[in-house]
Amino acid sequence: MKTSWPDILFFAIVCGIALGAALRVVLSKNAVHSALMLALTLFSVAVIFIAQSAPFLAAVQMIVYAGAVVVLFLFVIMLLGVDKNEDLRETLRGQRPAALGLALLFAVGTVGVIRLYGSGAPQAEAIALGADNVQLIADALFTTYLYAFEITAAPLLVAAIAAVVLAKRERPAKSLSESREDGSA
Amino acid sequence: MNVPTNAYLIFSALLFAIGMAGFMIRRNVIVMFMCVELMLNAVNVAFVTFARSFGDVAGQVIVFFVMVIAAVEVVVGLAIIVAIYRRRESVSADDASVMKG
Repeated sequence: MKTSWPDILFFAIVCGIALGAALRVVLSKNAVHSALMLALTLFSVAVIFIAQSAPFLAAVQMIVYAGAVVVLFLFVIMLLGVDKNEDLRETLRGQRPAALGLALLFAVGTVGVIRLYGSGAPQAEAIALGADNVQLIADALFTTYLYAFEITAAPLLVAAIAAVVLAKRERPAKSLSESREDGSA
Repeated sequence: MNVPTNAYLIFSALLFAIGMAGFMIRRNVIVMFMCVELMLNAVNVAFVTFARSFGDVAGQVIVFFVMVIAAVEVVVGLAIIVAIYRRRESVSADDASVMKG
């Protein structure tokens, strides 16, 4: 099968947006900018899912990640009021160059392995996961992976309860801090 | 889409490397958490690529499960961050060092 250039161009644009936004997530000094760039990265990944014949996952990505997760991040940033800039002093000497070097090593290593052992051939058009995507996933989810699917209910319940317990303000601590604030004021 | 499988895998590897670098470099716990999300997404891209190239929907089902667990992880993690912030008035990873050896 011939590689078609419009597809390559489209892929390159989406990849460029995703990687650029991911870099901005890491490099932004403001946490709010990081969260918005994360949303852009997640949108680009959703586009890549559609290009990879996974429209259902693209929809879930938009709803769960770009919808719920990023909004949750923004909500916590707003709640804590930590939109002020981060202290950029280096507490461990040489930690940042070492981290960058390790990440670079990882990138070079994985890309090398992919280029050595991966297939450079264009993907076959015949494999149609995209046509009845929802039905295919539902078939697998409710037969082969039924137990795993049911068990995901447990983590969800635990997370809901844990969020309430962790975020609940302790009464004595609250009264203590309030009285301290009153004293200083 | 006739883009080579390798291109998607290389994209996935680069996204993972960016997330990894961010997690190690940044000290704002919230941004570190976003970098974890980047890494999860990179792995999801790899799973979807393999699902496509082998014509097996199992990869997409696994991505579905990863998304569920990622949502759970974000809820618990952000609740922990809020709890730490209440106690320490800071979201820097350096300030949560009570259990340091």
